[in-house]
Amino acid sequence: MGLGKYIIKRILIAIPVLIGITIIDYAIMCMAGSPLEMLQGPRISEAAVEARKIALGLDKPFYIQYFVWLGQLLQGNMGYSIKSYQPVSEMIGSHLGPTLLLMGASLIVSLLMAIPAGIYSAIHQYSKGDYAVVTFSFLGSSIPGFFMSLLLIYIFTVKLGWLPSSGMTTLGTDGGFGDVVRHMIMPVIVLALSMAGSNIRYIRSAVLEILQQDYLRTARAKGIGRFKVINKHALRNALVPIVTVIGMEIPVLFGGAVIIEQVFSWPGLGLMTMSAITSRDYPVIMGVCLLSAVVVLAANLITDILYALVDPTIQLD
Amino acid sequence: MKKEEKIPREKILREKKKQDIVSESYLQTVMRRFAHHHLAVVSLVVVALLGGAALLAPVIAPYNPDDIVGPFSGAPNREFWLGTDQIGRDVLSRLLYAMRISLLVGIMATLISTVIGVVLGLIAGYFGGVADMAIMRFTDMVMSFPYILLVLVAAAVFKPGLWNIILILGFVDWPGIARLVRGNVLSLRETNFVKGNIVAGMPLRHILFSEILPNTVAPILVYATSVLALSMLDEAALSFLGLGVQPPTSSLGNMLNGAQSLTVLTKQPWLWIPAGLLIVVLVMAINFIGDALRDALDPNSRR
Repeated sequence: MGLGKYIIKRILIAIPVLIGITIIDYAIMCMAGSPLEMLQGPRISEAAVEARKIALGLDKPFYIQYFVWLGQLLQGNMGYSIKSYQPVSEMIGSHLGPTLLLMGASLIVSLLMAIPAGIYSAIHQYSKGDYAVVTFSFLGSSIPGFFMSLLLIYIFTVKLGWLPSSGMTTLGTDGGFGDVVRHMIMPVIVLALSMAGSNIRYIRSAVLEILQQDYLRTARAKGIGRFKVINKHALRNALVPIVTVIGMEIPVLFGGAVIIEQVFSWPGLGLMTMSAITSRDYPVIMGVCLLSAVVVLAANLITDILYALVDPTIQLD
Repeated sequence: MKKEEKIPREKILREKKKQDIVSESYLQTVMRRFAHHHLAVVSLVVVALLGGAALLAPVIAPYNPDDIVGPFSGAPNREFWLGTDQIGRDVLSRLLYAMRISLLVGIMATLISTVIGVVLGLIAGYFGGVADMAIMRFTDMVMSFPYILLVLVAAAVFKPGLWNIILILGFVDWPGIARLVRGNVLSLRETNFVKGNIVAGMPLRHILFSEILPNTVAPILVYATSVLALSMLDEAALSFLGLGVQPPTSSLGNMLNGAQSLTVLTKQPWLWIPAGLLIVVLVMAINFIGDALRDALDPNSRR
């Protein structure tokens, strides 16, 4: 099967999955009750709430609301926030940048830690260094991100006063590159460390498997030296697990960012999502869920395609 | 008699050891391999101790966790080993009860998701066809959600509370297990002993639960330990955000919730550091145990 055909097939499979996700989303949110409950109070009359309900289409049954939402979506309209009346697509657009910055930096930092550590650990299997790396990787995946954040804030902001603990730029200044970087250090460390934990173990076991392959035994038998064997033959094949790791991390990043952005008040999608969740701003929540599902499915697809490019023996079917 | 005396002692011992390995039961092999993993053995002791302390909380806790027994935000002293919280409750007692709740949430959520995953995986793998298609697509859907987002939305939508958290985590964590079981069933279905059962006309229930399931228990067990670790982390995160276990009930996560206030974070570290460390220790120990189990239960291992 050609690559083009394969991609088209995968996209066609992804569409029903995506539709299913939106239905589940919508159903969960409709079970929650009306977002207008939040508006009710002595100052708002019954009639005003009722009028608002009709204006928002909340008086119609669940499936009709869903189709209205889907129809608008197909016309490129993601709806309006119930709370701020802003278009959802605009809100997402304005919060996407900081989140992408945070996610991109964390992904790069975690790979910079995990790839050398994983490969070192595999080459020196059962050595002291290997045990240290593996133990560290378990520590990384066992610390809750928010606890690590609190510890870092306690050390670097409260005790040492070196780093700012919230926001993306210092209030009252226009920021600038250095300022943003200083604000990014702690959230990036937390996200990168918690990802590096599982990545190190994944890359380690993948490289261990590669080291047992016949072609490496052949390379070693040729007597070209340990360094060349590992650098020329093993590392190239280790690209496959690294591609997998990147693919696995993208959904994790999307979720992890929600909590970390909350702790560090990072003005990204996560912070926006949390406030939408607490105020039951359905159109915004739906928009974020949809966006993240698209990103996850796209990440899966790209991983599979990269697989095929990196490893020609993988069959596309 | 004479011949035997001539054999050196060491050789006999070596032979004896070999005999032991050959004749030892599966369980003995697993235990021997598990003991190789020193960190896991330590972890097992740690989990047993902490689990025991959590179970015995009503007996060993110095105070009632909900009673106001001391000064507000008192620092640790001889009377209150870990100090008192903002309204004067004993932190150590609350910590013991919190561990109970966090372990309960983790274990129950793991049980629920394991049962769902095993049942769906068995059905998808054994029957194939439309059932397989439908179940696997549904699994894809649940897996395509950024996990935490789904949990957060569900936690916000259903009223936060102990049992809702357990149910939410249980209903979200199963896809991995379902895929694992399905894959195993697919390969087991092709083995001769299962085919033999089908030819012999054994009832379906017998084939599924007495032939196929016991042969996939090991990977399920390993996977379940990682689900346990993950769901304890998730409970902590949710409770930290105020969407999980609600006060006055204490959980390891919601004890950290107070650290969002600057005074607690900066001036009263005894209110949040012990709870956080306890989460790290518990989760890490569970992860080590899972890692050792993976090695010990691996049929391809030659150790």
